[in-house]
Amino acid sequence: MLRYTLHRLLMMIPTLLGVAVLVFFMLRVIPGDIVEVKLRGDGGTVSQEMIDYERKRLGLDKPLIYQFGDYMYGLATFNLGISMWTERPVTEEISLRLELSLQVAIMATLFAVLLAIPLGTTAALMRGTWVDYVVRIVTIGGLSIPSFWFGMLIMMGLLYYWNWLPPITFTSIYVDPVANLTQLIWPAMAVGYRYCAVVARMIRSSLLEVLNEDYIRTARAKGVFEKVIISRHALRNALLPAITVIGIEFAFLIGGLVVTEQVFNLNGIGKLFVQSVARSDFTLIQGMVMMLAAFYVFVNLVVDLLYAVFDPRIRYG
Amino acid sequence: MKSVLGFAGMLAFVLTGAIAPADAQQPKRGGTLNFAISAETPHYDCHGSETYATLHFSAPFYSTLVRFNLKKFPEIEGDLAESWTIAPDLMTYTFKLHPNVKFHDGTALTSNDVKATYDRMRTPPKGVVSPRQATFADIGTVETPDANTVVFKMKAVNASMIEHFASPWNCIYSAKDLAADPNSPRTKINGTGPYVFGEHVKGSHVTGRRNDNYFKKGLPYLDGFRGVFTLQAAAMLNAVQGGQLLGEFRGISPAERDRLVAAMGDKIRIEEESWTLNLLVAFNVEKKPFDDVRVRRALLMAIDRWGGSAGLSKISTLRSVGGVIRPGSPLATPPEELVKLPGFSKNMTAARAEARKLLKDAGVPNLKFTLHNRNLAQPYTPAGIFLVDQWRQIGVTADHKQYDTAPYLATLNSGNYEVAIDFSNLFMDDSTLSLAKYLSFDRSPQNLSRAIDRELDKLYDAHVRERDVEKRKGMIRAFERRVFEQAYQQPILWWHRIVPTHKTLMGWEMSPSHNLGAQLETVWLNQ
Repeated sequence: MLRYTLHRLLMMIPTLLGVAVLVFFMLRVIPGDIVEVKLRGDGGTVSQEMIDYERKRLGLDKPLIYQFGDYMYGLATFNLGISMWTERPVTEEISLRLELSLQVAIMATLFAVLLAIPLGTTAALMRGTWVDYVVRIVTIGGLSIPSFWFGMLIMMGLLYYWNWLPPITFTSIYVDPVANLTQLIWPAMAVGYRYCAVVARMIRSSLLEVLNEDYIRTARAKGVFEKVIISRHALRNALLPAITVIGIEFAFLIGGLVVTEQVFNLNGIGKLFVQSVARSDFTLIQGMVMMLAAFYVFVNLVVDLLYAVFDPRIRYG
Repeated sequence: MKSVLGFAGMLAFVLTGAIAPADAQQPKRGGTLNFAISAETPHYDCHGSETYATLHFSAPFYSTLVRFNLKKFPEIEGDLAESWTIAPDLMTYTFKLHPNVKFHDGTALTSNDVKATYDRMRTPPKGVVSPRQATFADIGTVETPDANTVVFKMKAVNASMIEHFASPWNCIYSAKDLAADPNSPRTKINGTGPYVFGEHVKGSHVTGRRNDNYFKKGLPYLDGFRGVFTLQAAAMLNAVQGGQLLGEFRGISPAERDRLVAAMGDKIRIEEESWTLNLLVAFNVEKKPFDDVRVRRALLMAIDRWGGSAGLSKISTLRSVGGVIRPGSPLATPPEELVKLPGFSKNMTAARAEARKLLKDAGVPNLKFTLHNRNLAQPYTPAGIFLVDQWRQIGVTADHKQYDTAPYLATLNSGNYEVAIDFSNLFMDDSTLSLAKYLSFDRSPQNLSRAIDRELDKLYDAHVRERDVEKRKGMIRAFERRVFEQAYQQPILWWHRIVPTHKTLMGWEMSPSHNLGAQLETVWLNQ
């Protein structure tokens, strides 16, 4: 297991290297110049001399291969560089938003998983009954309603019925847990509903399949209690595909909540991503792509390791 | 006689008491003002910016030499300047500074700081952006005879110089800071303003706390403020309605106003005024066929401004039809004269027939081009759709392309467009500011048509030196006629400013410019 984990961790290096090369060169062929956008971007009129000076200051006058060398050296030394727009370290810009985005992702995942497992299981076990139909309607609703729109409904509902809205600026959970949770529970619910619908449907279909397997029939023939069959044999196997979906969804939530973040005025990674692209802030885009890529790879590794926990047949040697 | 005076005094007291506005209540101290800023500044440097996003962020931390008195706009009042004198020939401006003014780092403000500030704007060191460099080109020298006196000696008369000294962008910086790093104001705040910089959480908010050493005794009233960046209008409106934010000082659309009024009733205060902002349509004369005046004129003649005003004012912040000066202000061209100018006719059938003929004569009867626009809903998107429709009615096809603000401005400033919607963001009605946008491109890089027209330059220079108001008006009219006849660029419509504030927010002054009144020193909370 340890060997497998180390092997997978080492395999992350060429994957991330490929991402780094791709993102560096793809950004350079996309039209847009950070210096033009930065100096002329707030309506100022600047001379060509000023633009050249700024390009030199940011190192953009160097040949591409030198810039690439600097970038790769930075990555090797865990230095993502300085944001060309804000002139602050990229790590500082990301970490400022990461706590919020990570917390929303964790809360949404908890909300989704805690609801999806009982919903999906109940629907599968009561297949064809009114309970199954209700769960299916609720989950189809979750798949059909965009998270940002559900978020807007939540906000309008809070305003309409209680004339109240959650805090508009972020407070760390370590500083004020109440303010923190009061702000983030709503976006977590908004994105968690869709997330829950995906997972619940996956569990339902997977459980229905597992319940028809020979080993379930054998267990029943042996007289094992139904509760034990469901929890120990059926659900455990049915959760395997759901774990993959949970992992992918969780990683997506870190950087993919652009519109939902706007609805709740959240200062998250998604908003930063869009802003940095609009500003052609190469260093920040590169840093965020690398962070998200590493996150995806890491989550996939965790998912693979969880497979072994849930399915004893799987052993990584 | 004594009793008559006594009665008159009592009557005056009763009358003023009876009509005294709610804002005349005794200000209360304390509290934190939370308000919305609909954009986030990329830096803190007032001198290097032309967006309100920088002012709404930075202005509370700084002072200027003089400023506009918003209660009596456009009168000028002192800020750092306790008093000032202007020589009769307008060649010398002497400012006496308030004594005992301190920067937030504890160092004393002297005339050297004012000199260093103006020198930075007039002759920016390498690497410093100063878009208002040309505004101060008429200043010859800045002298500092003593620590509290600054003397500006002019090279040439500029009849509007005192108004330019009142520009909200002229934040006074510390000479010591500028000497250490001329670009330090971009990332570091050290002013003499009513609030001391607290924190800037990127993407979230800026905070300021009361400057206990502020040189105006008793001010500010608030303990502090928090400006929250609300880039999405719906989020901002929700926050205002929910009471997390007590106002948005730039301006909202009529539909947004109606939503707040319907939801909040008498808890919300709505103030409206015509805005020193207009949207223009600019033709890049360096691109064919826009080098042909017939093409440019045809496109302007096709626009029904009067009809557009009636329709767009219901759905957007656009409202008034006007020339190069804000409609309704003292130097503006009145409507009866405006309709005689090219592009302002009310007879659209005749105007469009002539526009078609001009295009045919120019050899482009089925003209196609791209209209470059900003991707802000208010009022850029409706304005773009409106123009595309107006031009369609004379057989012209315009592809409407919208960009984020920064790439939009970068595209326009680099000249990489054919036709664009531009904006003129002014802080006062003075013609030296309004007309500057239309000067030859080599004198005014903000002229996005990139036209060179020495006749316009000559008219402008003459009007800057002219002190007789009526003569000046005549020159402005001649300038305006020339601009519209040559059709380099032309205002589409002027904006209408609608500012929502909670009724608990007091002491904030409405003005025609969202660039003014951002210091927040007289704001207080009636809670």
